[in-house]
Amino acid sequence: MGTQILSLIIKEFIAILGDKRSRMVIMVPPILQVLVFGYAATYNLNNIPFAVFNEDCVHASRSLIARFDGSPSFDRIATLESTKEIDPLIDSAEALLVIHIGQEFSDDLSAGRRPVVQLNIDGRNSNTALIAANDAQSIVGSFAYELLGSVNRRGPDAVLVDRVWYNPNLLSRWLIVPGIVGLLTMVVTTMVTSLSIARERELGKAISPYIIGVAEAGFIVLVAIYWFHVPFRGNLGTLFIGIACFLLSAIGVGLAISSIARTMQQGLLGAFLFLVPSVILSGFATPIANMPHLVQQLTLINPLRYYMVVLRGVFLEGATLSSLSSQLWPMLVIGIFNLAVAQWLFRHRST
Amino acid sequence: MPITLFSISAKARRRRLRGLMRKEFLQILRDPSALGIAFALPVVLLILVGYGVSLNAEGVRVGTLPTSQATNRPRSPAHLGEADILKPTTVSDMHTAEIELANRRLDAIVHLQSDFTDKIHDPLSPAPIQLIVNGVDANTARQIQGYVSGVLTKWIFQQSMASGQPPPQTIVPETRIWFNEEIRSRNCLVPGLIAREWERGTMESLLTTPMRMSELLLSKLVPYFFLGMGGMAISLATAVWLFGVPMRGSVLILTIASSLFMLAAVGMGLMISTVTKSQFLAVQTAIVTTFLPAFILSGFILDIRSMPMPIRMLTHIVPARYFVAILQSSFLAGDIYAILLPNAGALLLMAILFLALVRRRSSRLIG
Repeated sequence: MGTQILSLIIKEFIAILGDKRSRMVIMVPPILQVLVFGYAATYNLNNIPFAVFNEDCVHASRSLIARFDGSPSFDRIATLESTKEIDPLIDSAEALLVIHIGQEFSDDLSAGRRPVVQLNIDGRNSNTALIAANDAQSIVGSFAYELLGSVNRRGPDAVLVDRVWYNPNLLSRWLIVPGIVGLLTMVVTTMVTSLSIARERELGKAISPYIIGVAEAGFIVLVAIYWFHVPFRGNLGTLFIGIACFLLSAIGVGLAISSIARTMQQGLLGAFLFLVPSVILSGFATPIANMPHLVQQLTLINPLRYYMVVLRGVFLEGATLSSLSSQLWPMLVIGIFNLAVAQWLFRHRST
Repeated sequence: MPITLFSISAKARRRRLRGLMRKEFLQILRDPSALGIAFALPVVLLILVGYGVSLNAEGVRVGTLPTSQATNRPRSPAHLGEADILKPTTVSDMHTAEIELANRRLDAIVHLQSDFTDKIHDPLSPAPIQLIVNGVDANTARQIQGYVSGVLTKWIFQQSMASGQPPPQTIVPETRIWFNEEIRSRNCLVPGLIAREWERGTMESLLTTPMRMSELLLSKLVPYFFLGMGGMAISLATAVWLFGVPMRGSVLILTIASSLFMLAAVGMGLMISTVTKSQFLAVQTAIVTTFLPAFILSGFILDIRSMPMPIRMLTHIVPARYFVAILQSSFLAGDIYAILLPNAGALLLMAILFLALVRRRSSRLIG
């Protein structure tokens, strides 16, 4: 029995690695994707085009604009002469932000009133708009604080002292790159498993994708640490226990798909139908906490959801095995359930 | 066999083309899974994304620490309940709060030190309010900082009014978000998601067997094009009627843009299936070129302008990028030709390029 399974595993490996094309499929896309997406995936803004319409060319307003010019988030593309120029610039998406300082700015400032700086922001991409608004407001806020701080000791005065755990500079790459580890291991293992139309003993089918999955995840983890310099604060052993649990569930789903599918075509469609929603509902791009209650319940059967918490926890929080146990057992349950279903279906069909 | 193609009349050729198309259509109709994917999948995905995907932080669990003096005051800034985005809970002490934060049961901690009330009226030193945020999700963390400082500013203002003092002078940033005043991320994500029809159009058309002639090419192109457009129409209707995304542009222009996009998608699917000989490889190629790029490189969630230069160049070969730009403008801003023309032009160019490549490739296969 043991040698039979071993030889089956070896055979399966040779089948996957011996074929030049499937070797390409396993190696090339993940390398390309982790590099491209690692660089592409950022919520932080850089070089966002902005324009200025300053009707009040005094020292104060100019030094406020100099703050924007000096910020890495923003890049001035135009200096406007009239209000009429604002609309076309935003409509055509040439500028994301147009700063408008009115004539009364310096009078208000010296009279002790509250001068207004108008920030016009293109909201077609809500996330970019939100971040740009935050960045711009904090530039205005810190400028006001420094300019007016000395004359301001009158009313109640409180400052927010904020401290950010785990990711002090709020780099979204630190969130997204560990997420890509999860995304790619899932895509590769589910595809490899569900495409192997299992007519033979299924255990051998499950073990080679398992080893490929571990190697793949390990490689992307190395890229994340050494290429993208995402801090790795946890324990490597904890991470690999997490990877092992996730692979069990991904391969379980893959085998369940291949046991239902009658042709390779159906296997592909099945894998595709599983992959797309599970990426959306994993918390990879948008937090699960923002979803409505019913959808949050639905994410509980998605193995990728747990894997994302494990990856980010081990990378950024230095999470321990015991604090992650609530994430590990659901993956095991999903895996065992799917393996049992696949096993039953295989047997059911062969008789 | 293909030789006879050139010797028969144009009428017979048209008839044959019609026959081939009918065969393809019947094949699609016979297999319920293809129809299900064409019409059910886009609706399911839109509903999932429309309801499920949001970048606007909600239900942020904030732990507040009771500080003897501060909580005696009914309107201390520790009362965060005004904003429904924040869900404040009281935590007994700092140590417990930190453990809760580490175990992901809290997202942030707001802490007023015991001397807060003394310092708030001390003109020499500003009273500190400590905010600790879990920064793993940078985007949510930034929103929490924004909300809490907004609550604080409002509180300072109210305190000044209540005590009859003028509020401290400051510069007021008056932020006006155009096209999407409430910054509802659904308004941007739902139109963006429609561009993911791309991967479906591509997937469906490459599940066909490799073809040999341009007639066959047309007979494959037309049915899958209409199938894709049907899915597109359902998605648009869902976006407008179910999710109430404003539709400010004209339907005609959006239809033209969608057809160009669908043509490019089906063209790319056909190209992949003629270039790669095995279906396995074809699907892998399709996943690499459509599934993840449509999500990450299209500007659907992430801003392309913030990406480094080489990646920005790369996004130019992702057709979804052009369609996302058209969709977001058409839905939220209206018919803006400065956006429509260059993006539609790029889609047209890609459709022509893919179909020309498929044609050349398949005519070579005849010889």
